[in-house]
Amino acid sequence: MTTRIDTRFAELKKAGRSAFVTYVMAGDPDLTTSLNIVKALPKAGADVIELGIPFTDPMADGPSIQAAGLRALKNGMTLKKTLELVRGFREDDNVTPLVLMGYYNPIYIYGVDKFLADAKTAGVDGLIIVDLPPEEDDELCIPALKAGLNFIRLATPTTDDKRLPAVLANTSGFVYYVSIAGITGAAAADANAVGEAVARIKRHTKLPICVGFGIRTPQAARAIAEKADGSVVGTALVDALKNSLDAEGRATAKTVNAVAELTASLAQGVKGARQAAE
Amino acid sequence: MNIAKPNSYRSGPDERGHFGIFGGRFVAETLMPLILDLEKAYTAAKADPAFQAEMNGYLKNYVGRPSPLYFAERLTEHLGGAKIYLKREELNHTGSHKVNNVLGQIMLARRMGKKRIIAETGAGQHGVATATLCARFGLECVVYMGAVDVERQQPNVIRMEMLGAKVNPVQSGTRTLKDAMNEALRDWVTNVHNTFYCIGTVAGPHPYPTLVRDFQSIIGNETKVQMQEVEGRLPDSLVACIGGGSNAMGLFHPFLDDSTVEIFGVEAAGHGLTQLHAASIAGGRPGVLHGNRTYLLMDADGQIQDAHSISAGLDYPGIGPEHSWLHEIGRVNYLSATDDEALAAFQLLSRLEGIIPALEPAHAIAKVMELAPKRPKDHLMVVNLSGRGDKDVPQVGDILRGKTK
Repeated sequence: MTTRIDTRFAELKKAGRSAFVTYVMAGDPDLTTSLNIVKALPKAGADVIELGIPFTDPMADGPSIQAAGLRALKNGMTLKKTLELVRGFREDDNVTPLVLMGYYNPIYIYGVDKFLADAKTAGVDGLIIVDLPPEEDDELCIPALKAGLNFIRLATPTTDDKRLPAVLANTSGFVYYVSIAGITGAAAADANAVGEAVARIKRHTKLPICVGFGIRTPQAARAIAEKADGSVVGTALVDALKNSLDAEGRATAKTVNAVAELTASLAQGVKGARQAAE
Repeated sequence: MNIAKPNSYRSGPDERGHFGIFGGRFVAETLMPLILDLEKAYTAAKADPAFQAEMNGYLKNYVGRPSPLYFAERLTEHLGGAKIYLKREELNHTGSHKVNNVLGQIMLARRMGKKRIIAETGAGQHGVATATLCARFGLECVVYMGAVDVERQQPNVIRMEMLGAKVNPVQSGTRTLKDAMNEALRDWVTNVHNTFYCIGTVAGPHPYPTLVRDFQSIIGNETKVQMQEVEGRLPDSLVACIGGGSNAMGLFHPFLDDSTVEIFGVEAAGHGLTQLHAASIAGGRPGVLHGNRTYLLMDADGQIQDAHSISAGLDYPGIGPEHSWLHEIGRVNYLSATDDEALAAFQLLSRLEGIIPALEPAHAIAKVMELAPKRPKDHLMVVNLSGRGDKDVPQVGDILRGKTK
């Protein structure tokens, strides 16, 4: 099974550059604007798109992404509409990998088998589900792999060498290294520590390693891109979106561009990076 | 649903922390290594006689156990049926059953070398117990409490601060217990290296539901012995209120295999089950939140709904996973009491027995008012009086004087 994720990372490897992965919340602040943002991301330089599934109780997220989820929910966003958004995106783009990121409960309530079938049909390539560690692989990870979707696991600073094999066992697509012990958008990632961690994980897997949590600026993205196969930016984009909204939290004429422009400048940072020696 | 009855109701959970389909370890990877460490530390502590001996010393001389099993003579006469006994957990140091669990967890934290303790709290009883034991053992204490609860449970906020704890009001979401738990989990993920999360109820990722239950089981174990002493036999029924369900699990668990004992858990029905309430079993269905699969209040999309109860300690949209299992398997009957019923029970117990209960166990008393009159005079009914009402006096006073609703 080769997904769009595998194809994209193979292309980037050939081109000798690191991936730029963008995270935005599905339906933030509304479905139409959100679809336009997602459509604008590849043109602005995103190599992989992570799309957040809104949830009322996002335990691993900081205030920015919490608020983004609540804005989306307030405007009627659901998991079903998140899949509609993906279908809308796929009408014009059949190559950019798209990964859904979120928490398990909305998927569990949707029904795992139905969700996997609908997600695959809609054009989803992979899943990152924060509250499903390897200990709960039977829930969604194994069924997702069977359904032809990548299951991308988070590795963290607390995942030691003894535990890494268990974390990597059913991981596919890429490994998401969480650069800090903390929530999204909190501390800044330290590029040297990240470099060591990436090297450590590479001793256990051939999968590409993307690094996220704590990357906000083109400089930071560039520093990480020199150490890893990809860098993920989420909170900074969500903040740019929020700053473009009107006083009532509605999208304005500036909203799509605000996200696209920051994406472009971050992508420039990543593309300026020297690829780390393999 | 057809579920086979197990040989014992007391053998759970399995090695992965499951009670039937409930429980589990639904947490972020950052926390997983810690949870595995905690499980190992707890298994070792359980097998260490020195751990139990040290805990027994504090339970006796610091907490003031055993708590009395008191025959509520005037309540019994008033209701005209079952003979009602109150398990006086409200007489414990800090004023509720919460201290039983906190003592155990703080001793575990000490064994694990953790110097910083965090906790979530609803009514503030768990926060006060945690702040108390942190003061006693010289540990840093940070308590997360929904901003709404900070407002309605001021006496406990002041107590926690006097004990040296830092109380962080939580402004996210509904600003109640569920959000306090989210915020505590976020703190834990950020400070994994030095922090022990002292969970206040029989919920959260495995092994929390089990270890909290084990620390609280002293309630039921004492009750068994005390009832044997005064009546020479087992009680016929048990009643306890349920938010997350730790006081109830502590009373119920030692009796689960005594088939003659009827068991009733009482959820908070708030304004009524068709309106805003906090009764996860009566009004919810199985889902995944805060590290476990259990009955939750949620909408069709799996978004968690706001709970409501007059009692901050029951104002939570979930319930411990073992309760969900005991419900599905039919061993425990889950009932619910409204805000108004709890208020009436609060006043009745105060007037008849000279005991002002917390609003949480007032929900249990409310169902005793229904159950006891329908049972014969030789029926022995035990109610867990899980906390005292001092913290609720300002709030109930305002309601009774018609100041707030």
